[in-house]
Amino acid sequence: MATLASDLESPATLPGLLKAPTGIAGLDEITGGGLPQGRPTLICGSAGCGKTLMAMEFLVRGATEYGEPGVFMSFEEGTGELIQNVRSLGFDLDDLIAKNQFAIDYVHVERSEIEETGEYDLDGLFIRLGYAIDSIGAKRVVLDTLEALFSGLSNQGILRAELRRLFRWLKDKGVTAVITGERGDGALTRYGLEEYISDCVILLDHRVTDQLAVRRLRIVKYRGSLHGTNEYPFLIDERGIEVLPVTSLGLEHEVSTERISTGIPALDEMLGGEGYFRGSSLLISGGAGSGKTSLACCFADAACRRGERCVYFAFEESPGQIVRNMLSLGLDLAPCVERGLLRIQAARPTLHGLERHLVMMHKAIRDFQPRVVVVDPVTNFLSVATGADVKSMLLRLIDFLKVQQVTLLFTSLTHGTEAEETDVGISSLIDTWLLLRQVEVDGERNRDLSVIKSRGMAHSRRARELVFSERGIELADFRQTRGGGR
Amino acid sequence: MTPKPGGAESAAPVDPEVCELRLYVAGQTPKSVTALANLKSFCEQHLAGKYRIEVIDLLEQPQLARGDQILAIPTLVRRLPSPMRKIIGDLSNTERVLVGLDLRARS
Repeated sequence: MATLASDLESPATLPGLLKAPTGIAGLDEITGGGLPQGRPTLICGSAGCGKTLMAMEFLVRGATEYGEPGVFMSFEEGTGELIQNVRSLGFDLDDLIAKNQFAIDYVHVERSEIEETGEYDLDGLFIRLGYAIDSIGAKRVVLDTLEALFSGLSNQGILRAELRRLFRWLKDKGVTAVITGERGDGALTRYGLEEYISDCVILLDHRVTDQLAVRRLRIVKYRGSLHGTNEYPFLIDERGIEVLPVTSLGLEHEVSTERISTGIPALDEMLGGEGYFRGSSLLISGGAGSGKTSLACCFADAACRRGERCVYFAFEESPGQIVRNMLSLGLDLAPCVERGLLRIQAARPTLHGLERHLVMMHKAIRDFQPRVVVVDPVTNFLSVATGADVKSMLLRLIDFLKVQQVTLLFTSLTHGTEAEETDVGISSLIDTWLLLRQVEVDGERNRDLSVIKSRGMAHSRRARELVFSERGIELADFRQTRGGGR
Repeated sequence: MTPKPGGAESAAPVDPEVCELRLYVAGQTPKSVTALANLKSFCEQHLAGKYRIEVIDLLEQPQLARGDQILAIPTLVRRLPSPMRKIIGDLSNTERVLVGLDLRARS
């Protein structure tokens, strides 16, 4: 009997429903373990949405990671073309075929070459598929895309009856099958394949919004199993497909009581004397020039001093610029970079869509295995996406990192003196929130810092003045001359 | 219109040297039996003395389905003369078979 905690960790599944893991990053999390084992799944979407690649990766991962050989029956692309196309994803089909873990059968149907007279059935197709399955002991089958039959054969009555028989036959064979289908007008597939495949339907989508391409995936249905219902962005790159789920565990992660320094002793003091909680999410918001990057760099530096790795995603300045500017605070980040503890990864937000940024951040985090991550500033993403999208991206990032107890610090550029709506929007995701302000008093611009909130600790409620010098960042009480004016 | 060797037009039958036919079946199903019977009588009537029929049972030789791109059963393949022609079904419609084997122009 599963415990309550593990029930919440993955979508619940009816007892007896086995799942075949796809091995596709993220997809198994959304589906609670993979596709329904021994049953057909429909993957549909418009041309170029990635359904062939997803089906292909399902087979390749099955063969290489789960010891389940697979048959790819192609109705569209020839064998050579397919092998060529997936080589860019790092899949060596020739090798898998040589090892009897993979078989491709290209079915060519061309109506102009076929004359129909009288009764027929599709036993030839069944026999071919059966022969391919038996010859390598396949456990997985892909039919890509079966709809080519509709343009190749004119007798729809026979065809539909045979398709129904085909899906029953696949179930009897006990293979986990993926059938791809082209998106139709107002329907999931052009020829209504969804009426035959009722166990699991996945819809892929490739949209271009504001000239930025975004691929998304949605589980339309999954009989007998709970599943994520959102649209999840996914990416196709040299390692295959990566789906980015909002880690559905939500609030079930472990929490740490360990505290880590902010890099500024006086700020640690304001935060209950010990600094941030490990694995918490932090937000520093403030106007231009209020010192957000400096505070973030101090935090990164402190992590490196503890011997921890840190990834710093810079969306405004180049790595060289950041390192140079911090020297003015007496903070030399270059040794951290050289020792391999600090990686500053800079990119213009407009270079990619939001999803692609998220994927690249995931990758950097997975590769570098940092304990601390800085995103500076997160508000720059508003130039490529709406507030709601940015928030959902942050949610995904935060969940992803919290599970691994990685501490995440965002900076946020505000335009007024107070926290802006964007900040308020994400505030519920944030554990510790610092606000930096620039205040002009007697012809002098001063910076001050206050803790808006800090969950789980007794924090200072007083605003302090931020003092930058070559000795670093210090906090001072306000001078008497400023009175209560702030 | 399908071009005919010898420049024959309209409904004039082509006179192939010899017609090599392959009938793909899957076991002795009624459809297969019907198709073979129809094929034999068709050939006697239209191709007397100039045809060869080879019956391939895919239940016995499944590996052969791939080579001739067989999907439907029964399928009749005319291997010679080229180009290759395919007719699927039980061959019950003689007119369609004539057309399918290029023995009569497509309408």
